[in-house]
Amino acid sequence: MSEAKPLGGRIFTPTVFVCLLFIGVAGFVLVKRFIYGLGPVSNMSDGYPWGIWIAYDVVVGSAFACGGYVMALMVYVLNKGQYHPLVRPALLASAFGYTLAGVSVFFDIGRYAHAYNLYLPWQMNVHSVMFEVAMCIGTYIFVLWLEFTPAFLERWKQKGLNKLLNKVIFLLIALGVLLPTMHQSSLGSMMILAGYKLDPLWQTPLLPLLFLGTALFMGFAMVIFEGTISSRVYNLGDETSMFAKVSRILYWVIAVWMIVRLHNVFVNGHLGDAFSGSFLGNMFLLENLFLVVGMTIIGSSKFRSSARMLFIAAVLILCAGALYRFNVYLIAFKPGAGFSYFPSWGEQMVTYALIATEIAAYTFFVKYFPVFEVHEPVESNS
Amino acid sequence: MQKIKRRDFLKGAAGSVALLSVGVQSQSAEASTAAERGSEHVGILYDSTLCVGCNACMSACKEANDMPPDPTGGSITLDNADDLSENTLNVIKMFVDGNGETKDSAVDGYAFIKRQCLHCVDPGCASACPVSALYKDEHTGIVKYNKNACIGCRYCQVACPYLIPKFEWNDWYPQIVKCQLCDHLIEKGGVSACCSACPTGAALFGKVDDLLKESARRLTMEPGVEYAFPVSSIDAGTVQTHKASEYVPHVYGEHELGGTQVMYMSGVPFDKFGLPDVPKHSYAAIANGIQGTLYKSMVLPAIVFSGLAYFINKHKKMEEAEHDTTNSNEDGGKS
Ligand code: SF4
Ligand code: SF4
Ligand code: SF4
Repeated sequence: MSEAKPLGGRIFTPTVFVCLLFIGVAGFVLVKRFIYGLGPVSNMSDGYPWGIWIAYDVVVGSAFACGGYVMALMVYVLNKGQYHPLVRPALLASAFGYTLAGVSVFFDIGRYAHAYNLYLPWQMNVHSVMFEVAMCIGTYIFVLWLEFTPAFLERWKQKGLNKLLNKVIFLLIALGVLLPTMHQSSLGSMMILAGYKLDPLWQTPLLPLLFLGTALFMGFAMVIFEGTISSRVYNLGDETSMFAKVSRILYWVIAVWMIVRLHNVFVNGHLGDAFSGSFLGNMFLLENLFLVVGMTIIGSSKFRSSARMLFIAAVLILCAGALYRFNVYLIAFKPGAGFSYFPSWGEQMVTYALIATEIAAYTFFVKYFPVFEVHEPVESNS
Repeated sequence: MQKIKRRDFLKGAAGSVALLSVGVQSQSAEASTAAERGSEHVGILYDSTLCVGCNACMSACKEANDMPPDPTGGSITLDNADDLSENTLNVIKMFVDGNGETKDSAVDGYAFIKRQCLHCVDPGCASACPVSALYKDEHTGIVKYNKNACIGCRYCQVACPYLIPKFEWNDWYPQIVKCQLCDHLIEKGGVSACCSACPTGAALFGKVDDLLKESARRLTMEPGVEYAFPVSSIDAGTVQTHKASEYVPHVYGEHELGGTQVMYMSGVPFDKFGLPDVPKHSYAAIANGIQGTLYKSMVLPAIVFSGLAYFINKHKKMEEAEHDTTNSNEDGGKS
């Protein structure tokens, strides 16, 4: 089925040591958090009940982890088989991204030992957007690892099991497309309840659609971003032409997204706020600036064939999506009454450590399990 | 192959249009999903013009709910709460303007406000809570908290438009804290502790319907003329005579975000107390409208899922067939 091979090589690289250092410091912060509570280690408050552990680790992080979602969508639903080599690396990054988002939620919720209530039918609040997000993300983490399981089975030479899994994997892939569609849009719906606390440049009934859109374009951009780094670090050969094709789809996703976004702000009568020179107005402009520059790069066929320009465009687009999501959850969230928030040292350390864990675990996996296909990309056949 | 691609594209396009229209529909959906007041719902009418700022309700609240004193204002033993907190379910705050001499005047005056949970008709907190730890009692309409269900996610804090739920940030295993209208006293036939402690009737307990009638009566009063005002509970029969003040012609909570069961009357505009100027439809109803349209009894996700599974299975088989012809690899799919 797949020609992916383990890359082999040293496991304990200097990068991994740096990552372990971060994880150690974060461990110390977390011990404190579990003994003394969230207050002593974080700057969260009754006005800003969510800090970066939700806004970054879950809301932005899960969008960064949408590579697996968009590639599954492309390859299996839209039948673009030529992108197959990109699926497994994207899935792996997604599996780590989502798993660590789940871990972060566990650090963040106050009454973690009561989390089982989410599964008691008489406690479930099916009208709660949080309930839906929790259920979908929980299930999706499981689905992602099952989708990745063929890599384990190939490594451990379990052909029989692999064949069996191959028969039902289409159901898993279908779930792997449905669940992110649901919870990525719901991450947007979640902030509708914040009402007036969220600045009108961001507060709109279209939040679910806009969040789904950012998940898509951030997913595509992440595939290019990760792919470019991996092909450099692990000498996988030149994949630029494949990324160039991905970027053409990305171009249209962003174009549609920007039209919907600007039209919505205009119809709601807030386009003036955007140019008022206020801090939040500038934040809005910055989001769009990142997108416009990113789009301009991938819209030009000359730039598109340059690996470096594609990489820059991907970074800009990831910044745009991340900023949009940060704005909705933290920066444009104004509870009033003198509350303010900036992540504490401890909160930052935990977030850095989660990113470090992701990097360290990813580098280990690609060396030990068959993730990458090491050859020139297969040219399109249609 | 070309054919399939086009059909898929059309399918995808149809999906996006459906999602787009949801946003538009939500405006009309919100009206139909809004919650309503029940005839047995109880609440509090707080009349700022009658409040003398004695803080009797604050100590009564602490005692009735077994809450520790809050030293925020300085002293450790004396309660000196200046705002709601994990230790304080109820607080009297003061608005002051200019020289602060005239009671209930927005200019050069002062006025009091009692902050507590408003017990919304369509509570954002309960709508947010994934595990129904915050829930609305069907009979009394009181918004209660069940710590045995709460997972501590704090979405209720994000969702409450009045910044009411507080979290025990400095506890290793924290809870959400907010006024539950003294439901433990009401169950035994009593009334909210703050209302029984109030010496002037500024905090008045009763059925919401009766309280709304009372507030309408007060709005028709001639300022400066003496009237009878019920004290403690509207059906207790005790009254006091006060000169009516000039009211702002608005009962805060009658319509705010679908209405509340704790309502305010005042001589100064409500925004002076930091109370938000909010629309009549609750954010909860808007969110429910959108989610409801998207996930109508899980039918939509089920349809999408089967569609996806069908296409994925088909495409996967096609891909494997192609693969088999190009590579003669023995572990390809079945053909
Ligand atoms: S005021 Fe806030 S905490 Fe009280 S019922 Fe309404 S939404 Fe819930
Ligand atoms: S913190 Fe507790 S009460 Fe509040 S929404 Fe979460 S589970 Fe519900
Ligand atoms: S109803 Fe009870 S808990 Fe609520 S403010 Fe009054 S005394 Fe406190």
